[in-house]
Amino acid sequence: MNLPSVNKGAASGEVGQRPPESAPKLKSTNLDFYYGTYKALQGISLSIHPNRVTAFIGPSGCGKSTFLRTLNRMYETVRHTRAEGEILLDGEDIFALEVSQLRRRVGMVFQRSNPFPKSIFENVAYGPRVNGTTRKADLQERVERSLRRSALWEEVKDKLHKSAYDLSGGQQQRLCIARALAVDPEVLLLDEPCSALDPIATAKIEDLLFQIKDSCTVVIVTHNMQQAARVADYTGFFLLGKMIEFDSTKVIFKTPSRKETEDYITGRFG
Amino acid sequence: MTGTLSLRRKATNAIMLSATGVCTLLAVGFLFFILGYLLLQGGKDLSLDFFTKLPVPESETGGGMANALAGSAKVLLLATLLGVPIGFLAGVYLAEYGAVGFSSVVRFVTDLLNGVPSIVMGIFVYTLIVLRMKHFSAFAGGVALGIMMIPIALRSTEEFLRAVPDSLREGAMALGASKWKTVATVVIPAAVRGILSGMMLNLARVAGETAPLLFTALGNFYWSPGWNQPIATLPVMIYNYAISPYADQHRQAWAAGFVLLALVLVVNITARSIVASGLHKAR
Amino acid sequence: MASSASRTENTRPRRVSRFLTRARGVEAVAHGVAFLAASTIVAITALLVFELWINSALSRHKFGWDFLFTSTWDPISGQFGALPFIFGTVVTSALALLISVPLGVGAAIFLAELAPPKISDALTFCIELLAAVPSVIYGLIGIFVLIPALQTIVPPLKSVFGFLPIFSGPFYGVSIFSAGIVLAVMVVPFIISVSREILLAVPRDLREAALALGATRWESTWDVVVPFAKTGIVGSIFLSLARALGETMAVTMVIGNTPRIQASLLAPGYSIAAVIANEFREAAGDLYTSSLIELGLVLFALTIVINGAARLLILATTGKAAS
Repeated sequence: MNLPSVNKGAASGEVGQRPPESAPKLKSTNLDFYYGTYKALQGISLSIHPNRVTAFIGPSGCGKSTFLRTLNRMYETVRHTRAEGEILLDGEDIFALEVSQLRRRVGMVFQRSNPFPKSIFENVAYGPRVNGTTRKADLQERVERSLRRSALWEEVKDKLHKSAYDLSGGQQQRLCIARALAVDPEVLLLDEPCSALDPIATAKIEDLLFQIKDSCTVVIVTHNMQQAARVADYTGFFLLGKMIEFDSTKVIFKTPSRKETEDYITGRFG
Repeated sequence: MTGTLSLRRKATNAIMLSATGVCTLLAVGFLFFILGYLLLQGGKDLSLDFFTKLPVPESETGGGMANALAGSAKVLLLATLLGVPIGFLAGVYLAEYGAVGFSSVVRFVTDLLNGVPSIVMGIFVYTLIVLRMKHFSAFAGGVALGIMMIPIALRSTEEFLRAVPDSLREGAMALGASKWKTVATVVIPAAVRGILSGMMLNLARVAGETAPLLFTALGNFYWSPGWNQPIATLPVMIYNYAISPYADQHRQAWAAGFVLLALVLVVNITARSIVASGLHKAR
Repeated sequence: MASSASRTENTRPRRVSRFLTRARGVEAVAHGVAFLAASTIVAITALLVFELWINSALSRHKFGWDFLFTSTWDPISGQFGALPFIFGTVVTSALALLISVPLGVGAAIFLAELAPPKISDALTFCIELLAAVPSVIYGLIGIFVLIPALQTIVPPLKSVFGFLPIFSGPFYGVSIFSAGIVLAVMVVPFIISVSREILLAVPRDLREAALALGATRWESTWDVVVPFAKTGIVGSIFLSLARALGETMAVTMVIGNTPRIQASLLAPGYSIAAVIANEFREAAGDLYTSSLIELGLVLFALTIVINGAARLLILATTGKAAS
């Protein structure tokens, strides 16, 4: 079989076991999602574990990005959308949280890098600023820490006040990660963060995820199975708005229990 | 026979293509003619007096239009203070907040307002302000031009805000920024170049307006302190002097025309180059 | 409702804690201020229509529809008819279009279809500057350059074409004809820039298809591209017409300000905007003022109808190109 290799660090110690039921970081129960009258997600239930990387895979249009966007209620920026069901963040109903508080705790990085037309420094300082950090020393400290966490510091420390648009595509995406990390999110959502990047830039971002997960729970959507296999501890497979299977990455890629999953993994969907 | 037909087609092609080129040359020629003529006529009658002295009575020669220059600046300042905020905020409303139904009403009404002939705007402000306050004033002139600025201020704001990609809005909101914070700290700064240039073009446009000032600001041969008295403005001065029978006033009109045109064109060129350099930078 | 805490609709904010009330307060203020500005525009426009309507009441009641169809304008006897002004306005604008449409559309075709992009951009920039020249400057050029020039050109032409009614009578310089020419130069830039945009919106493959079938450059443009853009070009012409109708200063300075309807284009005339500009300030008596305001109302209505039509036509074309 032509299976992608699974990363060694994945779900160490609990390979092949059911995920523990205790204290998930995020827990979705029977989540349905509608675009107008079209039902885009049906009864999604799963638990996302703290300090792990969880990946969602599936063919395009399967609902994986939509699901990601419910986790920080980003879907609300689109008119005529509606989520029904329950999502808990550390046991708290996210729909009861004030949305900007939720998004501060659950950060997001988008498919295409979207730095603001400001300097590198101002990009990273943006989040802390809107969340109330005003002291210059605090901001500088945070900016440096975030840029270090996203492995960008060495490359940009001498040009912090240059426009973010002067950076390369991969650097811009890492800048967006730094920007998201600057508010110390508990969860970081990444929506196909590498789809516009070359292999080297992609590798840098994947390396980054290993380091970030020490301090943060990472959820990544990818259409690239190899990427999921490389970076994720847990993987969920989405198809036609349903979550077909969710398990440790090793199980999903080596011994999936559902035929649809196996077909997709082995490339029978094309 | 096909030979002659194709020859005729070729000839038509050549003739018509050249004809359209001639049309273009003619149109562009107008510009250079106007520029050249004003430079010649106005430039030669321009002196320091023009900028520093008050107009003199018809029987004398000399004098200047210092009061009209100051008057235009004053009226335009008021117009900007009135028209830009309303147009800008309404543009923000349409681009960022607008409910569908009300937005189309606002857009329709703005088009309507933009189409109001400038002389009609003059009547409106006359009945609205001059009649009620019982005299012509700098204030009335500023209001007339200010209302004329609103539609363009709105349109350029809306247009440039809409050109800001949604990914930037999402980026800010994903960091926990509220809607108005997102708009104020990310969306508007990203569009500020375009909006600024739109406002400059807008100002240049109303700076040359004469008709709305004829019976609002009226005119004045002296300085006009405060906001409550008739005030001289450059375009109205040009008009009054141009239709007068005195050669010296004609010369002054040319000089004033030159100054007005130079200001308008400089602002235009600056504004357009701001947008052009902005496009360059945002790749 | 509290039990269904897991349900959410994005248009409806749900449970709100104290901290958030404040954040939402700022949000509501921002939204409110923007909404207020938008509403102000609606209010100003409504007020404008209201003021014109109310202040022309005297004249509207006294003359009714006759106002539009009678040609006596006599402040002393209190008789006011708008026909000479409507006539002057329409004829000068028509004359302006007659001159500017071929010129403008020709130049637009050149800029959109034939000129190399760099040259086209530079020339378009010049055209846009031409559009920015204030109307009082056109008036200045009209009085001191155009009219003297016409005074030398027209008499010899008159000796040839003088038998035509439209060229009959004495020529003083100020005339409907002069106003038409000034207006033509003023609206040319609008026709060019709008028509050019519309031509540029025509899908590329259309002209390539024509060229591939062996059409010459001109044939592909005239037989394929222009017909596709026709509605939009007509729209740009309407837009220019609306501008020409409302144009005040330049016309006032060269039209001759004589409220009479004459067949000859060389005779002086009057336009709606010009009579308002000249007489409004000195109008003695409420009926006189009211009649001038009614003229303003007529002009307003005229430009709105034509602007509206222009917009619909342009939308129809750009919509077609997009689909």
